[in-house]
Amino acid sequence: MSDLVIDDVSMRFDLPDGGSVQALKNVSLTLKQGEIMSVLGPSGCGKTTLLNILAGFLAPTEGKVVLGDKRVKGPGAERGMVFQQGALFEWMSVRENVGFGPAMKGMPKGEKREIVDHLLGVVGLAQFKEKAVYELSGGMQQRVALARCLANEPEVILMDEPLGALDALTREKMQGLVLKLWKETGKTVILITHSVEEALLLGERLLVMAPRPGRIHREYRLPFADAGVGQDLREVKKMPEFGQRREEILSMIWEMEEEIMGGAAQ
Amino acid sequence: MTALIIADLWGELVAVLSTLFFALPYIAGYIGIILLTLLIWTGIKKVLRPASDYRSLKTVTFGDESTVVSNSVASVVSVVLIFVLWASFTGSSLLPGFLHAPGPFVGTGTFTYTVTTPDGRSDDAEVTVLVYPRDDEAPAPEVPPGDGFAKNDSIAIAEYRSDLLRVDQNDEIGRDEEAVVTHIDGKEIAPGETVRVDFGTVALSGRGTPNIRPSAGLQMEPIWLPSPEAVWSRLTEIATTGYRNSTLVEHLGYSLFRVIVGFTLGAMVGIPLGYAMGLSDWFRGWFDPIVEFMRPVPPLALIPLVIIWAGIGEVGKIILLFLAALWIMAIGARSGVSGVKISKVHAAYSLGASKWQVLRHVIIPNSLPEIFTAARVAMGVCWGTVVAAELVAAEKGAGMMIMVASKFQSTDIVIMGIILIGIIGFGIDMLMRAAERFLVPWKGRG
Repeated sequence: MSDLVIDDVSMRFDLPDGGSVQALKNVSLTLKQGEIMSVLGPSGCGKTTLLNILAGFLAPTEGKVVLGDKRVKGPGAERGMVFQQGALFEWMSVRENVGFGPAMKGMPKGEKREIVDHLLGVVGLAQFKEKAVYELSGGMQQRVALARCLANEPEVILMDEPLGALDALTREKMQGLVLKLWKETGKTVILITHSVEEALLLGERLLVMAPRPGRIHREYRLPFADAGVGQDLREVKKMPEFGQRREEILSMIWEMEEEIMGGAAQ
Repeated sequence: MTALIIADLWGELVAVLSTLFFALPYIAGYIGIILLTLLIWTGIKKVLRPASDYRSLKTVTFGDESTVVSNSVASVVSVVLIFVLWASFTGSSLLPGFLHAPGPFVGTGTFTYTVTTPDGRSDDAEVTVLVYPRDDEAPAPEVPPGDGFAKNDSIAIAEYRSDLLRVDQNDEIGRDEEAVVTHIDGKEIAPGETVRVDFGTVALSGRGTPNIRPSAGLQMEPIWLPSPEAVWSRLTEIATTGYRNSTLVEHLGYSLFRVIVGFTLGAMVGIPLGYAMGLSDWFRGWFDPIVEFMRPVPPLALIPLVIIWAGIGEVGKIILLFLAALWIMAIGARSGVSGVKISKVHAAYSLGASKWQVLRHVIIPNSLPEIFTAARVAMGVCWGTVVAAELVAAEKGAGMMIMVASKFQSTDIVIMGIILIGIIGFGIDMLMRAAERFLVPWKGRG
C-alpha cells in the first residue's frame, strides 16, 4: 500500500521587498493508491506549488508529504512528472526519451528496449521510434512525455497541465488516453488543469483550491472518470449531472476570480 | 584646452564629411547600377519564366520577411561587377579595351610657350612632350631649335608622372635676364596658375618654370591598385617560390596553427569556466567581474602587453588568441547553462537522474547550440586577432606577409593577402556552420 499522504503542509516564503507570501496553508489530503485526482483553482491558488512540493522540487515550510512509508525530501523516480510542453529532450530520439529513466538506472539494453517498444505501442507511436522529438506534433510529444514517465514505473504520476497547449480535438483524444493509462496501470495520478471539463472528466476526485492563502476550498468525488474509461468522452459530457457539476464549479471559480479582481481594484 | 580639442575634432569631422561629399556621385552611380540591373532582371524574368509559385501570389511583399530571400542572380552580378570595375580601372587585359576606363596619356604631345623680356620683346617656341609607358623608357626626342630667341624644347616623361622643364635653358634670353613665360598655347598664365593643353595640363611654378602634367586618365596605377591578373600571377609566384623565406602555405599555415591552438586552449578553459559560472552562484560571483571586465577589452589592445610579457614568438600570440577565445567561450557556456528550461532539469531528476547524469545528459547537450554559436564568434575574433598580431610582429604569417609587402609597396601582395585572409575567414565560418548542423541538429527546436 503506497498511499500519498499530504500532512498539514504550509508554504511561506519571504519576498525581496520585505513582505512574505503564504502560498499554501494547512493542506491535508490522502490519496489512496490508484486514485486519480484533478486539481482546479484560480491562478495564485498554489496548485503548482503543491505539485512541486509533491514532486520534491520545493520543501514545505511546515508539514510533510509521505508516500508509502517514505517521506518526500527531493525529486525521486517513484514520483514521475509530466509537464506542459517542451520538457522532452530534443537532443534525443523518441526512443531515447522514453528510455531515459531506465537508462539512468543502468537497466540492461534488451530489457530497456522491451519496455520502450511496449510503451510506444501503448501510446500509439510505434512507428515514430527513431524520429527526433521536434519532428512530432504537440499531441505526439505529449504522448512521448506520458510514455517516458510510465517507462520509469513510478507509483505516482504528477501532471502539470499536460494537455494545456493542445488543440481541442487532440486534447479530447489525449484525455481518453490518460484515462485508459490510469485504469490499465493502476497508478495514482494527480492532474493540474485550468479546464473545468477536463477536471471533471479525469478526476475521480476533484480538488478546488482557493487563493490567498492557497488552501483546499472544496473536494468532490465524481463518477465521470470511471464512466469515461473505454467510452466516448462526449457521451460522458452529455450526462445531466456533468452539466450541473460544471456550472457549479465554474461559478465557484468565477466568484473567486471576482474576489481577487475586486481586491486588486481597491 | 578643451576648446582646442573640440576645434580640432570639428576640423577632422569636416574633412571626413567633405570626403564623403565628394564620394556621393560615385555612391549614387553604384546605386544606379544596382537599380538598373534590378530593372533589367525583372524584365528578363517576366519574359523567361513567369513565376507561378506560392510566393509570387503574395500581394504584400514589402515588410514580409519571408518573401525576402537572397537573390542569387543579384549576388553573382554583384561579384562580377566588382571584378569588372577592378579590371576596368586597372586596364586589365582580362577585359576588352572598350570597357577600360580612360587610361593615362601615352605618346607625343606639343604645346607652345611665349616668353616676354623686360624690354617688351616676346617670342614663341614649341615644347615636344613624349610620354612613354612605364616599362619602356625613351629619351627626349630631338627637335629643331626653330627661330627667334626662344628655342624649341623636348622632354620625355613616364606615364602618370609630371615633370618641370626649364624651357629657358636653351633660349638666348633666359630667366637670368628676367625673361618670363607669359602664355602657354596662347593662353595667358602667371606663376601658380594652370592651363589645359591637349594632352594634359601645364602649370607655372612659383619661379616661372612650366610643370608638365600629362593626363593621368581614370585608371589606377599598379602601385595603388594592381590589375587582377597581376595579383593572380603574384599568387602563383608566391605559392611556388614563397615570400620572405616562407612559402604561401607556410605563412597561412602558421596563422591557422596559431588560431587553432589558441582557440582550442581558450575553449578548453572557457567552457568549464562557463559551466562553473552557470551552475554555482559562488563561481558566478567570483568570475563575473573578471569576465565582464575582460569581455569588452578588444584582444588587439592586449598585444603590447603580451609582447612585453611573452615576446613576439609563438607563445605570445597563442596567449593572445587564448585570451581572445576564453571570454567568448566562457560567456557562451554560461548562457548555455542558464538557458536550460527548468522543466527539462526537473523532468530528468524525477526520472531518477543523479546530478552528474543531469549534467551529462541534459545540461551539456542543452548548452551545445550556444557553445557552437560562441565558437563561431570566437573563431572569427581569433582569425582577426592573429592577423592583427602578425601585423605588429611576426616572422611568418598572413598578417606579416601583407605588412612587409606594404613596406615595399608591393600592393599586389597586399591585395592577394587580404583576399586570402577573407577566403580563409569565410571558410572557417562555413566549416563551423556545417559542424553545427551536423552536431547539434536540434538547435532552436527546443
